[in-house]
Amino acid sequence: MRKFYTLLSREVRSYFHSPIAYIVLIFFLIISGIDFYFQVSFMNQRQVQYTVQEAFFNSVFFWFAFVLIFPLITMRLFAEEFKLGTIEPLMTAPVRDGHVVLSKFFGALVFYLVLWIPTLLYFAIFLKVTHQPAAHSAGAYFGSYLMLLLLGMFYLSIGCLTSVLTNNQIIAAIISFCAITLLFFLGLVQFILLDVSSATRDLLGYFSAIEHMGTFSRHSNPANGGYDQWLKR
Amino acid sequence: MIKVENLTKRYAGQPAIQDLNFEVGQGEIMGFLGPNGAGKTTTMRILSSFMPPTSGRATVAGFDVFEQSLQSRAHLGYMPENVPLYNDMRVTEYLDYRAALKAVPHRRIAERVGDVKELCGLKEVEKKVIGTLSKGYRQRVGLADALLHEPDLLILDEPTIGLDPNQIRQVRELIKNLGKQHTILLSTHILPEVEMTCSRVIIIHKGRIEACDTPENLLGKIRQAGGVVLEAKVGVDNGGEELKKISGVRDVTVDADGDWKIFSLRVESGTDVREEIFRLAIDRHWTVRELTQRRATLEDVFVELTHPDVV
Repeated sequence: MRKFYTLLSREVRSYFHSPIAYIVLIFFLIISGIDFYFQVSFMNQRQVQYTVQEAFFNSVFFWFAFVLIFPLITMRLFAEEFKLGTIEPLMTAPVRDGHVVLSKFFGALVFYLVLWIPTLLYFAIFLKVTHQPAAHSAGAYFGSYLMLLLLGMFYLSIGCLTSVLTNNQIIAAIISFCAITLLFFLGLVQFILLDVSSATRDLLGYFSAIEHMGTFSRHSNPANGGYDQWLKR
Repeated sequence: MIKVENLTKRYAGQPAIQDLNFEVGQGEIMGFLGPNGAGKTTTMRILSSFMPPTSGRATVAGFDVFEQSLQSRAHLGYMPENVPLYNDMRVTEYLDYRAALKAVPHRRIAERVGDVKELCGLKEVEKKVIGTLSKGYRQRVGLADALLHEPDLLILDEPTIGLDPNQIRQVRELIKNLGKQHTILLSTHILPEVEMTCSRVIIIHKGRIEACDTPENLLGKIRQAGGVVLEAKVGVDNGGEELKKISGVRDVTVDADGDWKIFSLRVESGTDVREEIFRLAIDRHWTVRELTQRRATLEDVFVELTHPDVV
């Protein structure tokens, strides 16, 4: 376990040693900031049926940034070790393969979570400025961030896999970007392929993250019970 | 310490090493010699559990490198060729990290890292980022890393490649000193290095072991033990033809330097023809300015075993 912790702390530190981390952080904060600003100003202009929190997590801006960050976070994990040859001293030290893989995955997850922390501020600032909550309830936030965590873990694991397949970071990034984008937007196929059977549509929708994000936001709606009841328990 | 039995590794059907059998005993410094692509790195990677063999078995300190690789890896310090390191870390930070990874007890890490920095002369660069270090220092960081957990066995792949002559000398001294406490398997192209440091030598060629012996025995085994150089004024005589008649001389090549002729003689091993040459020179009234026997080197052994057509 101590070795796993050692590996993990190196992974996390190596993110913040590299300029890519800061570029990704800045890029992500700009996109999500623009997203939040546009959603709020759009809602100011007309009557809408949804909350700021729902709008923020279901916009095109969000989708764009969301599918793009995973290849950027995971592309270097194994590909860089292969390229530099550092995989050799790593794997010839008395460490378990599982520890190495898990440390890389959780290292990426820590960085991914760090990316999201500033977005909590948006909602805090919104409340402070408008004296209105950005969502119906605490459960709505909980549901959204739970969705981010679970989807994040899923896509990071895809990124880890593609990074093992090659020693070229760019190739790893492109493969994982394609795979993640495909999975994310698979549900939209039903709007293009109109003549497929409903079973096929359901199947495609089941693999699509967008569909599940819908489920998350439904469950975070207090009208449906949602996470609030679960949180109160 | 190392036991290798019928070790074979194929890449896409092409054998890289075939049926290797050898043993390295406790406290030995074993030199691993061979031309590029002979299978040295492949063998070392298998011994360090970096990749599995296609067939055969290898054990380190009694542990199978494949079945019990965690235990066998705990007993060896491996320095890969070209010393790959994390360029974004500082020297001390890297060594601390490696020590923890190699299960050096927490309270001993500072002491061990201090010791290996001292031993490998890394004190003056301990705070530097590894990416900014010169080749020589990177090499030393790799060596320091291999020594951190006081392994019984050191496997060093080309430890002196890319170093300048002073650094080579330092690393060689270091290896010699380490050999007092550790078993060492090192690979190299540089033959004087092996002659100076190793107690035994394996010569590997095209994935097979061509020879495995002490450097002295290897020198005795080859067909010709070096040769003799004669520089003389021979007048109108055809010196080359005369010299060839001496028994034991296999071949003579002649170069000219003004009036002087330089004869390079290749002789059968175990024969000393200098006395005969001396008599011949007196007989023919040749003026001699040099008569030397060139000692055979490991290089001759190496060339003879790996490139028989050149000899």
